[in-house]
Amino acid sequence: MSTQASRSAARVMLSPAVISLLIWMIVPLVLTLWFSFQRYNLMYPERAGFVGFYNYTTFVASPDFIQAIVNTLLLVLGVLAITVIGGILLALLIDQPIWGQGYVRILVIAPFFIMPPVAALVWKNMFMNPTNGLFAEAFKALGLQPFDFLGVAPLISIIIIVAWQWLPFATLILLTALQSLSSEELEAAEMDGAPAHKRFWFIILPHLSRAITVVILIQTIFLLGVLVEILVTTNGGPGTASTTLTFLVYKQSILNSDVGKAAAGGVVAVILANIVAVFLMRAIGKNLDA
Amino acid sequence: MARAVTTRRKTLTTVAAWGIALLIFFPILWMILTSFKSEETAVLSPPVWFWFDWTTENYATVMERANYFRFFMNSVIIAVGSTALGLVIAIPAAWSMAFVPGAKTKDLLMWMLSTKMMPGVAVLVPIYLIFIKLKLLDTHFGLIVVIMLINLPIIVWMLYTYFKEIPGEILEAARMDGATLRSEILYVLLPMAVPGIASTVLLNIILAWNEAFWTITLTTVNAAPLTKFISSFSSPQGLFYAKLSAASTMAIAPILIMGWFSQKQLVRGLTFGAVK
Amino acid sequence: MGQITLSKVTKRFGDVSVIPPLDLRIEDGEFVVFVGPSGCGKSTLLRLIAGLEDVSDGQIAIDGKDATGVPPAKRGLAMVFQSYALYPHMTVRKNIAFPLRMAGLSPAEQEKKVMAAAQVLNLTSYLDRRPGQLSGGQRQRVAIGRAIVREPQAFLFDEPLSNLDAALRVNMRLEISELHASLKTTMIYVTHDQVEAMTMADKIVVLNAGRVEQVGSPLHLYQNPQNTFVAGFIGSPKMNLITGAEAAKHSATTIGIRPEHIATSTTEGLWKGTVGVSEHLGSDTFFRVNNTGLGETIMVRAGGEVAIRHGETIYLTPDPKKIHRFDDKGQRL
Repeated sequence: MSTQASRSAARVMLSPAVISLLIWMIVPLVLTLWFSFQRYNLMYPERAGFVGFYNYTTFVASPDFIQAIVNTLLLVLGVLAITVIGGILLALLIDQPIWGQGYVRILVIAPFFIMPPVAALVWKNMFMNPTNGLFAEAFKALGLQPFDFLGVAPLISIIIIVAWQWLPFATLILLTALQSLSSEELEAAEMDGAPAHKRFWFIILPHLSRAITVVILIQTIFLLGVLVEILVTTNGGPGTASTTLTFLVYKQSILNSDVGKAAAGGVVAVILANIVAVFLMRAIGKNLDA
Repeated sequence: MARAVTTRRKTLTTVAAWGIALLIFFPILWMILTSFKSEETAVLSPPVWFWFDWTTENYATVMERANYFRFFMNSVIIAVGSTALGLVIAIPAAWSMAFVPGAKTKDLLMWMLSTKMMPGVAVLVPIYLIFIKLKLLDTHFGLIVVIMLINLPIIVWMLYTYFKEIPGEILEAARMDGATLRSEILYVLLPMAVPGIASTVLLNIILAWNEAFWTITLTTVNAAPLTKFISSFSSPQGLFYAKLSAASTMAIAPILIMGWFSQKQLVRGLTFGAVK
Repeated sequence: MGQITLSKVTKRFGDVSVIPPLDLRIEDGEFVVFVGPSGCGKSTLLRLIAGLEDVSDGQIAIDGKDATGVPPAKRGLAMVFQSYALYPHMTVRKNIAFPLRMAGLSPAEQEKKVMAAAQVLNLTSYLDRRPGQLSGGQRQRVAIGRAIVREPQAFLFDEPLSNLDAALRVNMRLEISELHASLKTTMIYVTHDQVEAMTMADKIVVLNAGRVEQVGSPLHLYQNPQNTFVAGFIGSPKMNLITGAEAAKHSATTIGIRPEHIATSTTEGLWKGTVGVSEHLGSDTFFRVNNTGLGETIMVRAGGEVAIRHGETIYLTPDPKKIHRFDDKGQRL
């Protein structure tokens, strides 16, 4: 129904949401943008002034930056690989006729609901600790030297932790998509003589392609923002071995007082996120009639 | 598939599925087990699995410290508060988009969803400075507003999808029956949308409880929720493994249980309709 | 009381004009049926009258007072929706009471009126059930009850019977007609079924692509269709419309003759043809006649059971007094 009365009511009813989100988006971003062009250090507030792209060039030129970008890419791609491939396989497995499918789902879903600090600390203390972590125990039982996961392979360790948290999400989404595949299509293919792996590549995988795309894009957005897991385990170290772009900007924001440089880093992070968001929006927009 | 599957095959796949599921669940299981050990038992080498003296002393110790209760309550306040505030803003918005759609409705929805993709670090400094200026740092109110804002797109989106399932004609009938807008929403829409609202509330509480960026950066002591409390133990001092496990178990228990009931809502809320 | 006037009412959706300027006058107490093919704008027109849509232009007056900008709740009208639109979370009693509750009546008064309506509609034993527990016909009655209880100036029905099965439809048709006879309130009824229109209406408004093709009583429309559209729409089976040489013989571009006005004979007649598909209903026989040289298959209706077989030759004679003539614009001559 659309009358003038209902349309003006609709505008009024929308305004709190629109206005609050508008303010939330614009005000901080504008400030960040503003700061990024300023030389603004909280310790020397009197030495402020417009410095053009100085902050950007120093930020991008610092050796930490390259490392951070590489680490970010490794983290995102690593977690995506594990969760998507693992998710597909898990979804296929859970979709089979098994006893207690509901309970299996509950067990597999669980890691996603664990708050990041707890997840990170469980892995750090219980598993990866070289003195009394379970992995260390396993290595010792095999007669090997315990491996200092977080010290020697910090990024890989974090990838494992984050992938553990997000595997359930990917699995759940892919399982949902899988279950919407009509069994008739698969049965017809079977009657046509297609073997299992062909059915997988030519029927199941294409059907899942949209879900896979969504999983990849949504996870990427969230993965770019991973912070607590790094903060609580390696704090970005040793050195910058496990510092991602987000963590770099965070460190600059909190630890240094160079607001200008941190802001420039923030803008770079926004640009990166926006690139992914554009693709995600297009994928979502295609079926926003829900 | 209506075909009978051989028991042998079913057994094999069941074993495989359960095996992998238990493997994935293991860290959580281990943490829960550790919470019932004494500190000495917790660090035994080789580790003990089930056959030890189970004790609840860790839970008692953790709960005795008044701090823990405060952190827990803060998590509750933030989760419930941001959800309630979010509903108040989102219900009218979702009503307009679902029942009085315009040409721009779809774009508006997309824009709202896109605000969720803004990286928190990018705006950390301005928000932090603003919070200091407005004296909102480490306050419940400030944190509730921020957490509400980051989840608002999802609340609006979920309510929108649920509202769209309600036939518009019923609301029109209410208007013909003399209902004002307020009556229409209060007496007709909301009662019909209760399941959808419950699902949205469930998902939002989970998201707010687990939020670990703003809850850590914008709090110190007063409004600090469990996320902040737990992450303060990144260097192992003060709490040892068994007690940390107990604290952690209590921190995740409510959400774990809620999460098990909200799988469908998760898919609906976080894939924005792209997966059905 | 329930007198409604539409003056130059127009409705556009964006650039598309769904209803060109339309004038219509509905008298108090009339049973008016808006009828026409799908998409002709009849439901839109009803919704404009109800106030659920804004007019793009023009004026709607109820009892002489301008109601064009008035919200639906304040127009004093009641609507029965095609899907009934009952409140699923409320009992039948609460459904019917809802408008009274909105009007601020006390619970006692609400109960009195609800009981009265329930008695008229035979709903008294269902008052504590929910819509989900009712059959289609019962839900219909609840929807009507909810409308009655408002004591409106006019009732608006939006294809209320299309979701019911055939037998139920016939019953409900009678019930609604009886309701009209007892309440004497104006009723505006939208349907695509011309049988409903013919049997229930005091006045029929035939609509086509938003335009009023003709307004009149059922019999008037049957006997004097103003154009080929109305001629072909009213009456079942459709009137035979013949163009070409035969029409020219009557100085018209198109002539029309209803199937029931054609006499048949196996020996002699004006037109000769072969029998095609025939339908034997017992009470009537309908058959199609091909190869008449008239360019169209002629539909013929004969009373009773006629023993005629596929492929047989047959002679048709139209009743000359019942031939309708139309010009090249489809208008009646």
